[in-house]
Parts: sequence; C-alpha cells; structure tokens
Amino acid sequence: MRKHLPGTGSILKLIFRQDRFKISVWLLCLILITISVAYAYPEVYKTEEDIMGFILTMQNPAMEAMLGPVYDANNPPVAAVFAHEMLLFTVIAAAIMNILLIGRSTRTDEEDGRLELLLSLPVGRLSHITAVMLEALILNALLAILTGAGLSAVQTNGITPESSFLYGSILGSAGFLFAAITALFAQLAKTSRGATGLSFTVLIISYIIRAIGDVSSEALSLISPLGWTVRTGVFIDNKWWPVILPLAIGIIITAVVFYLNQIRDLGGGFIPEMKGKTRASALLKTPLGFVFRMQRTNIIAWAIGMFLLSAAFGAILGDLEEYYADLDILQAFLAANPDYTLTEQFVAMLFVILSIISAIPVVMVVLKLKGEENKNRTEHIYSRAVSRTGMLASYMIMAIIVSIIMQTLTAVGLWATSYSILDQTLSLGKTLNAALVFLPAIWVLIALGIFLMGLFPKATSGIWLYFAFCFIVIYLGELLKFPDWLMNLSSFTHVPQLFVEEGDILSLTILTLLAILITIIGFIGYRKRDITG
Amino acid sequence: MNIIEVNGITKKFGKFTALDDIHFSVRKGEICGFIGPNGAGKSTTIRILLGMLKATKGTAKIFGMDVWKDAVEIHKRISYVPGDVNLWPNLTGGEVIDLFLKMRGNGNIKKRDELLKKFDLDPSKKCRTYSKGNRQKVALVAAFACDADLYILDEPTSGLDPLMEKVFQECILEAKKEGKSVFLSSHILSEVEKVCDQVVIIREGKIIETGSLEDMRHLTRNKITLQTKTPVPGLKDFPGVHSFAEENSRVTFQVDTEKLDEVIRHVSQFGILKLESVPPTLEDLFMRHYKTSKATDEGGAV
Repeated sequence: MRKHLPGTGSILKLIFRQDRFKISVWLLCLILITISVAYAYPEVYKTEEDIMGFILTMQNPAMEAMLGPVYDANNPPVAAVFAHEMLLFTVIAAAIMNILLIGRSTRTDEEDGRLELLLSLPVGRLSHITAVMLEALILNALLAILTGAGLSAVQTNGITPESSFLYGSILGSAGFLFAAITALFAQLAKTSRGATGLSFTVLIISYIIRAIGDVSSEALSLISPLGWTVRTGVFIDNKWWPVILPLAIGIIITAVVFYLNQIRDLGGGFIPEMKGKTRASALLKTPLGFVFRMQRTNIIAWAIGMFLLSAAFGAILGDLEEYYADLDILQAFLAANPDYTLTEQFVAMLFVILSIISAIPVVMVVLKLKGEENKNRTEHIYSRAVSRTGMLASYMIMAIIVSIIMQTLTAVGLWATSYSILDQTLSLGKTLNAALVFLPAIWVLIALGIFLMGLFPKATSGIWLYFAFCFIVIYLGELLKFPDWLMNLSSFTHVPQLFVEEGDILSLTILTLLAILITIIGFIGYRKRDITG
Repeated sequence: MNIIEVNGITKKFGKFTALDDIHFSVRKGEICGFIGPNGAGKSTTIRILLGMLKATKGTAKIFGMDVWKDAVEIHKRISYVPGDVNLWPNLTGGEVIDLFLKMRGNGNIKKRDELLKKFDLDPSKKCRTYSKGNRQKVALVAAFACDADLYILDEPTSGLDPLMEKVFQECILEAKKEGKSVFLSSHILSEVEKVCDQVVIIREGKIIETGSLEDMRHLTRNKITLQTKTPVPGLKDFPGVHSFAEENSRVTFQVDTEKLDEVIRHVSQFGILKLESVPPTLEDLFMRHYKTSKATDEGGAV
C-alpha cells in the first residue's frame, strides 16, 4: 500500500487550493443559513399553540411527502419544528455540494487531462483517489462540526450540545455518502457529465422513494438514504443510527471505489461507449438543433424529473383532501382564506416552488454558451459564417422553449395524477395557467444570464447567486421577515399564485418587458465584447 | 492585391499590451508564415483577424472588409484551424465536420471524404476519444473541404506525425496553386521555410521583421567552415566575422552577408583546402532575432 500513496498530501492541498472559493461559499451558506434560521424560530413560534398549529399543518401526507414525517411527540420543543422544516432540504443541499465538488475533483480532472499530468509526477497510483476521499471526509467533517458548534451556541428551546452535533453529523454523514456515490460513478462513467448526472439521479430517486415511503410505507422509506436522515428524532430522541448507517455504507462504497480505480485504465470506465455516426443529421446542422443536441440528455433528464416530481405531489393531493375532511379542528385552523379549498392553497404554494426548480435547467441551457467559450469551442463557430447575435439567440430560444416544456410538464404531471384521485378535480386549464404564469419570472433569469454573459462574462455564474436569492426569498422570506423591497427583488414575488390570487396582467407584462430590456442590453454587450475562445 | 491588411493594430488587455502597433499585409496567392515565440501575440493577432477580439486601435481588413464589422461576410470565404482544437466530446468527428461545413457554407462532401482518407481519420469515433493530432485532423478536414479564398491556420500541425505533416503541406501548396492565400502561424520552422513565400516575425507584441526569406537572408550571416594550407592570421578580428572557433586546422565562423566577398578574398590568399558555406535557416533567423532582443533587453551589445 505504501508505494501507492506518495504525494497524497500535496494532491490534497492542490484540490483545496483549486476549490477553496467554492468550498468556502458552500460551507458558509449551509452553516449560516442553518444557524440564522434556528436563531429566528423562537420569534416565529412563541407559544405552545403556535407549535401545535405548525405540527397540525405539517401532519398531512402532502407536507410529509415534501419534508418528511412529523415528530411523534407531545409538546415538541421549537428546535424540533426547526429540524422538521430545515433538515431534509439542508441534507439535499449538502448532497449537491458533494456531488459537484467530488465530481469535479475526480472525473472532470481526469477528462481535462489534469490527472494525467499529476500521475506523471512521482505520485502513487492511488494517491489521487485517496486525496479526493480525504477531501470528502474533511469537507463533511467541517460541515458537521461547524454546524454542531454553531447550533449549540443558539439559545433555542430544545437545542442541546448533543443534539446540535447530531444535526451537524446528519448533514456530514449524508454528504459523505453522496461524495462516495459520486466517486463511484466517476469510476464507472467515462465522462464527468455522466458521473454527476448519475449521482443526481440517485439523489432524486432517493427523494422520490422517501416521499412515497413517508406517506405510505415506512419500510420503503428505509431503503432511501434521505429516508434515514429524517428519522433521527433530532432534538427529541437523538437517535444516532441514521448517522452511522450512511457513514458505514459510504466507507464500503469507498473501498469499491479504490478497487475499481486500481483495476481500470486512466480515462477508462466501465460503462461502454457506442460507435457513433459518421454523418451529422439534418437536425444537428440547424442552429437550434445544435444547441438542443449539446444538452439533449440534460434537458430530457430534467423534463422527466420535473414530471415525476409534480406527479408525486399530484398523487398525494387526494390524501391531503381526505385527511383534512376528517379533522374539523384543522379545517378551522387552516381556513385562513375561506374562499379557497385547502387543495387549492397547497397547489398554489407548490407551483411557486416547482417553478423555481424548473428555472434551473432553463438557466443551464442559456449559460451553456459561456461554458462553450470557456472550453474554446465558440471559436469554431464564430470563425465560420455565424453571427454572435444568431448564436446567442439560438441559446435564448432554446431556453425559452425549455422553460415552456418544464412548466407544462409540471402542470400536466400534477394534474394527471391528481385527476385520478381527487373528488373535486382541478381543471387542466387552470392548472396549466397557474404554472405558465411563472414563465415571465423565469424569463427574467434567462435575461439576467444573457446580461451577465454579454457585459460581465467573468461573473456569469453569478446568476446562480440571484437564483439562490429567489429561492431563499420564497422559502424563508416570510420567516426571516425580509423587508418588502428585498422580497420584491425576486422576480418570483411578482407572479400571482393563480389558485388563490387574481391574475395580474400588469405585473406579468412588466416582468416580460423587463426581461426583454435586460436581454437586449445583454445582446448589445455580447456583440461588442471580446470572445476569449 | 492585398488579401490581409493590418494597419497599426494595438490590443490591450487591461494594462497589458498584447499587440503594439503592428503592420503587415498578405498578398493574393501567397503563403505567409507568421512566427514568434510563445506569448508573442500570434493567437491574439489571429483572433483579431477573425473578429473575435476587438482591436484597441488600428484597422485590419480581409478582402478589403473590416474584420470586426463584416466578420460574418468575411468568414464565408475563409477557413480557420485553431492551434488548440477543442471539440464537443459527445459528437463524432464526422458529425463535427458536417456541422462545420454547414456553418461555413460551400462545403464539398466529396472533398470531405477524400480528405478523411488522406488524413486517415475515423469519423465514427466520439471526439472525446480523439488524441490531439486527431482533433487537429478534424479541424483540417473541415477547413480544406471548403472552398475558401483564405486559410488562417494557427499552428495546425503541432500534433501531427511527419507523414500527416506532409499531407498538410500538400494541401496548402495545392491551395496556393489554385490562387488561394494562406496565413500560417507556426512553430515548425522547417515547414515555414518549405512552403512560405513571406514571413512575419512577431515578438512581445511587435512585428520585428517582415519580408521574403530571400530578403531576410541578406540581413543575416552565412555559416562558413574553412580549411586552409596556412593559418589565416587575425581572421578572428576581421570585420564582419562572428562566433569564431578553431579546431585543429579547421575553423568555423559566421560572416555578415555583406562582408562575405571581402572575407573570401582575404582567406583565399592562404590556400583554401576546403570551404563550406551554409545559408542561414529560418531557425537561425528566428534564434538570432530572439537572442538579439533578449540581449538588448539586458543591455548587452549586439
């Protein structure tokens, strides 16, 4: 083993040096959001009635599918409420962090030839993969310890040092498991896209299995890693097995990773490549066809994912209705808006969240053009008889098409499954409208992406900060009592939730005009700036 | 008629001056070699010619049209091969070539298939599996399968084996025969020497030499190997003689071209047994310019 490992320390340093910015931003965001929300909760849930009210709202299939099962306890402390609302999504964020960072350190480095350069130095065969797994370990240990330490300093009812570190450890252990899964796919798949794509697929499937399991069958939830994370009873029962289990599995997977890494060739994988076409199809030769082809897998995967996600929510709407019908007291409590049914209120809220999720693939489509430039591939295009305006327009049109596809699939998925279940069915037209009405807000994101690519190309990925901001405004804006002006900075704030609000043509028109204006400025900037590759 | 005309182009990236007031032109039917060390500004010049970078000052024209404003019009008549060919990993070589031909227009399918055979490239493989040389072949096939009036080539052969280099040279000589122009940036000096009518030497963002190889040879030194019956006294300090070295009865030295006549007259008095004169190669020119500027920078004498 000795001879396989020299240089591990230097490679580890190099990895942290390369990713120090990304690592710091991820860790800071995860930890600060966790602590600030824990800090804010006692303000929101002041009395026992508040907490009971919250639990009643959560104790229904729809919310359990989304966030996990409610604590089985009388008088839970406010910290438990915090964990119920925040834990699962923070775990998912930690998993995403691990997939992206580990995917980059493994297959991306290999694909871009950096690994080859490293291996030509006097380093061992296993040094690189060892360094990567150590990176994963350190990263997640930092996340666990810092979150634990930060939480235990918060004076919220129910938070003890043990439970704080348990909360942090859930994030860390689940994160490590997904790091190991990503490292595994980095051995199996030949491309970095394949490796991260497959890892994300596992994450999404875990979420869906857990959602279905939490509503219908405990045993089903127990096969999903995300199902384990919501079963610690953190801040009440403080069970540690859901921390140890993913850690153990992560270590087993790591052993497999080491084995596969050792038996495979550099640049090789285990999922075979097929022989390709010698001629380009007519579709590929059109600008839009080219843009689509480059991102086909991504777009199709997202389309299926969005459809399944919304269909899963549609499937639980029936349970939601039945559940509430049985509980008079709850109906009284939640009937904040007696004009609308509970289903309608829930669906309205759901569409805000689903819409912002479907903005992700849309933004990815348009940002791809910058990625092409970074990889020195736009020079092939712009050295031929293709105008910049034309190319950028192709990416924009593809992004708009994708936005319409995603929103339509979201509406159809939700409507189709709910149709077969609900007594009072939703109308397809209304459901479609409620989804499509978010298009202008998504288009603002496309426009900002084009604006950044045109005027501040080096800051293009800054669009994700705005995206994160929009998401935080929706998810936590009310809770953290953001001032109105801050809420208004998110384009999603201005979209009427059609199931519970009137259509607001004016604000939609303004959003669309704003998107057009920003887009035009972006196009002008893109035509005038230097293309670096 | 000038195909390329560069007039006082300056390009700054922030405070760094990548190109400093450069001038040169390429005539119709001419193969122009563009040489210089790494980081001299070759690729920056080419990207300005392609309208991808905007010059800070000056004008550049191709076919009499402005390279920035009329980029698309110009590109309908040129073919470009980048030095570092990055391709789409999920497309096959064949698909990429077809795509390029479509984007460029005027692609010749028959010529494409001929070139594929000539360059010995398997178009059914995904680009991610290609080596550097094979990726370059993809770009070369796409470039020469088009009917272009000007070929702009940025170190196109750096990854090719000697056999393929020869195929490449045939391609550009054939293009020249058809009256096409070629602007060839290269590191392989023997290649430039073999095919180019004119060379432009760039260093640290400045053009330090332009002209035909013949013109330039006048400015430089021949390398002489000499053996005489009796030793030539004081040859070492003779005007125009450089890098003098003596080994047994044989001496080698460099001589300025304009002093060649005087030197030969002088040494012939001592009974020449053997005389070899080698004209300067492009490599010598290049090295000399490179070293000269270095020496000047360090304050040394030339």
